[in-house]
Amino acid sequence: MAAVSQLQRQFIDYTTSLYNEGYLDDQFTQLQQLQDESNPDFVVEVVSLFFEDSEKLLNNLATALQQKSVDYNQVDSHVHQFKGSSSSIGAKQVTNVCIHFRNFCEAKNLDGCLRCLQQLRHEYILVRTKLEALFRLEQQILQAGGSVPVME
Amino acid sequence: MEDENAEDMEVEILSSMWPEDIDAAGKKFNVEKPGVDQDLLEDLTFSEEPSIVDFKRLLELTNYSEKGSSQLSYLVKNWELKQEKAVILLREELENLRKQQHGFELKKLEILEEHMFEDYEYGGDKRPISILDHEVYEIFQDVPKRRSDVIVQDESLEIEDEYDINTVKYWKQRALHLENLLNTSVQREQILLGKLEESIEKLEKQSSPVEELSQILKRADNFLHFVLQNAPVVIGHQDKDLRYRFIYNHFPSLGEEDIIGKTDVEILKGGGVKESQDFKREVLEKGIPGKREITFETELFGAKTFLIYVEPVFSKAGETIGVNYMGMEITDQVKQREKMAKLREEIAVQKARETELNKTIHITEETMRAKQMLATMSHEIRSPLSGIISVAEILSTTMLDKDQKQLLSVMLSSGDLVLQLINDILDFSKVESGVMKLEATKFRPREVIKHVLQTAAASLKKMLILEGHVQDDVPVEVIGDVLRIRQILTNLISNAVKFTHEGKIKINLYVIADPCPEDQKKHEKNVPRSHETTVWIQCDVQDTGIGIPENALSSLFKNYMQAGADTARKYGGTGLGLAICKQLVELMGGRLTVSSKVNYGSTFTFVLPHKVPQACESLDETDEYQDVGDDDASMDEDDVNCGFFQFNTRTLGSLFSSNGSGPTHEVTRNEVEFDKPDGFSVPVETSSKFNLENSNTNHTGLDKERPTHDPCVQKNRPLKTNTSTRVDSGTTRPRILLVEDHVVNVMVAKRMMKQLNQDMDVVNNGVEALRAVHRCDYSLILMDVCMPVMDGLQATRLIRSYEKNGNWDEARLAGVDLQDQILKEPRKRVPIIAMTANAMSESAEECFANGMDSFITKPVTLQNLKQCLQQYLPSYETL
Repeated sequence: MAAVSQLQRQFIDYTTSLYNEGYLDDQFTQLQQLQDESNPDFVVEVVSLFFEDSEKLLNNLATALQQKSVDYNQVDSHVHQFKGSSSSIGAKQVTNVCIHFRNFCEAKNLDGCLRCLQQLRHEYILVRTKLEALFRLEQQILQAGGSVPVME
Repeated sequence: MEDENAEDMEVEILSSMWPEDIDAAGKKFNVEKPGVDQDLLEDLTFSEEPSIVDFKRLLELTNYSEKGSSQLSYLVKNWELKQEKAVILLREELENLRKQQHGFELKKLEILEEHMFEDYEYGGDKRPISILDHEVYEIFQDVPKRRSDVIVQDESLEIEDEYDINTVKYWKQRALHLENLLNTSVQREQILLGKLEESIEKLEKQSSPVEELSQILKRADNFLHFVLQNAPVVIGHQDKDLRYRFIYNHFPSLGEEDIIGKTDVEILKGGGVKESQDFKREVLEKGIPGKREITFETELFGAKTFLIYVEPVFSKAGETIGVNYMGMEITDQVKQREKMAKLREEIAVQKARETELNKTIHITEETMRAKQMLATMSHEIRSPLSGIISVAEILSTTMLDKDQKQLLSVMLSSGDLVLQLINDILDFSKVESGVMKLEATKFRPREVIKHVLQTAAASLKKMLILEGHVQDDVPVEVIGDVLRIRQILTNLISNAVKFTHEGKIKINLYVIADPCPEDQKKHEKNVPRSHETTVWIQCDVQDTGIGIPENALSSLFKNYMQAGADTARKYGGTGLGLAICKQLVELMGGRLTVSSKVNYGSTFTFVLPHKVPQACESLDETDEYQDVGDDDASMDEDDVNCGFFQFNTRTLGSLFSSNGSGPTHEVTRNEVEFDKPDGFSVPVETSSKFNLENSNTNHTGLDKERPTHDPCVQKNRPLKTNTSTRVDSGTTRPRILLVEDHVVNVMVAKRMMKQLNQDMDVVNNGVEALRAVHRCDYSLILMDVCMPVMDGLQATRLIRSYEKNGNWDEARLAGVDLQDQILKEPRKRVPIIAMTANAMSESAEECFANGMDSFITKPVTLQNLKQCLQQYLPSYETL
């Protein structure tokens, strides 16, 4: 029982830090609230979908930016999608980078775009790692027989 | 010899006496022609074609007008002076001549006598006449002195000749000589007389100055003509009836007879003539010269502007007898001047506009930047602050000793305060930008009042009494945006607490008559609920604080305003609170007013319309509806439940007993009058436990941004909606279409819809959306704006076209092949809600322009989605 409460506290601390450090925002809380007995794995499902989609988008972006003549419209639409999906799960930093990215797209600034892609990839991996860690913690709590604390 | 000499000398002297000066003087006068009046007139008629003169008048003028006469008199004086000199000389000479003549006549007589005597002698005896010598001698002494020398010589000669005196020959000779002398003298006299006559004649000729005057006038005239030859001027003289007597006009378009003797009005017709005449008359009357610019608009010479100068002419007696008039045409100059003035004016206006614009731009930029910064800052601060508060709350659930709990409660209430401030700022920008949306939920006014008071009591350290009085007629439940109302109340209360150092703060809640029926209708239109009635509830928040000076009342509700600079320093705060309150109240269709008296306190009053739901609510729902903090705050479940519905003294009692602190009890007992069934007092010094729980309440209750506000709704809604929709409209279950290309978004939205108990079809782009609409009717479409294949804007346009025309022609034009359907009834307009990632207003405008009804900003939240369904799905039952 002590282990569970420690895990729970750890979970809360970790989640809070994710909010405080700006990796996640309220939208993630929304997702968590949408999860209930009928959809016990909703958050994980959505986030997994996000991961999948993001990797695809990152690849597409890398390819698009390697072209001899870069189709900025295409790049922009990829980034737009990325922005949409990241904001939907509340991956705030990713969303922020997307906003910058779009500015560079608009300016047709290849260097800026490449830099942003790098940053985007970095932020994505970061948030993925964090979220995966969070899910692991959640699994641990559940395995230990506890319930995942609800964040306000 | 001697005689001749004497004679010569005489002549010389005489001729030297003759006024050579006169000749010289006469030359000056240039007396060539006999000066006659006629001549003068002749000369004046030389005044050529341009000038037309009434000579008679001119003469009169020169005679009668002061100016003319002074000029003349000057000339005359000059002339007289010259003449006077000549006359004096002439007179002198005349006198001399007369004397001479007299002398000569005497001499002649003598000589004649002598001759007679000589004849006698010749005839009779001869006797010496030595006495005669003496007599002659005497006679000569009569001539002017200058000749006396000569006569003396004569005498001496005669004395010399005395030796021959006795000879007849000598006497004869002498007589002859004398006779000659006499003759010459007579001759001289004749000549002198002639000269005198001539001189007199000349004098007569010069008897008038007219000749000279005319000369001068002619010269002046020539000069004037030379100068005025081409000048665009009109010069004239008008008599006291303003009839022209003289006019000079370089470009005459009228004959003399047309002008002389007539007035302006008689000559000309059109604009300006009257004005000119009036001006002349004015000058005439006042006797003061003046200048004026007059624009004439006459048939004769069109539109012309003249600068006229009019001066009065006075008679010798000093009365005005007419005016001199001088006009110069300045039409072009005036035009230029007006153009310049206009230009200058335009430039000035331009400049003013520019500065204004610059200022506006500057202000707008500044404001925008400031707002943006504020919003960003607030938002940035809010996230970590939420963290702090959350952790503190979590901490409070752990095992803590009393001191720690107390410290934690302070931390929580401070955190809440900061959060409140930030929310204020964010709210304010929201209301200002019109983003603020109101919710309509059921709430219990008594509960709200109680909570607000509790919260205020918990976070304050003053010995104040907080009271709440809710009249019986206030419904148990009303519908409104409880969060905003709570926000207003909290703001007003905290404001009151802030400025009150002793005494009490009281909330009075009561129902009033509808203050403005029209507003009510408007309000009802917004949220049509046929089975509901509207009550107007007035809320007074009364304090016994420092009060507000009258002059500060007007600016009280302005942004960032406080009654005074020192007030701001002393009491702190953003100064936004009241501005937000006012905005919110007005947004809800109510009114916020204030009355205050310095040192006695202030009363803030707001009136809000509230819907009253049908009073048939089950108890369990009510329980669910209560805030979490409410349950916590209530010490005794039964007590509170009861109190909330009945509001009796037991509620008070329970509240007090729960506090249990001595001094508080005393204070409240002193205020027995307020211990009415519907009132409750919350003393400030509350127990630590109470404090803590209140902060909890405060946090969840006031931070409306946080999703935890919805738990009750989320948990309860589905059940209720389920039943209601199935009962009410089982067959017309709303069909919602989501058009969204992104899998993650789709998944989230789907899940949210499920939470809201709604089924939803999903398509991935605009074309698919068209096909879906083609296939079946939807009650609501949620449309992503940016999508591949066809974006949301175009899809919406095409759907609207289909709804309007009943065919898919335009879709076909866009490359989407759809079969037209035969419609049984006209298509209903489907609400289409845009889902846009850009919260910017321009994208909102774009959405509206393309036929969308509203928009939801991404990421979509449950709250937004719920609001949207409430607004656009008629069958969607709100709780």
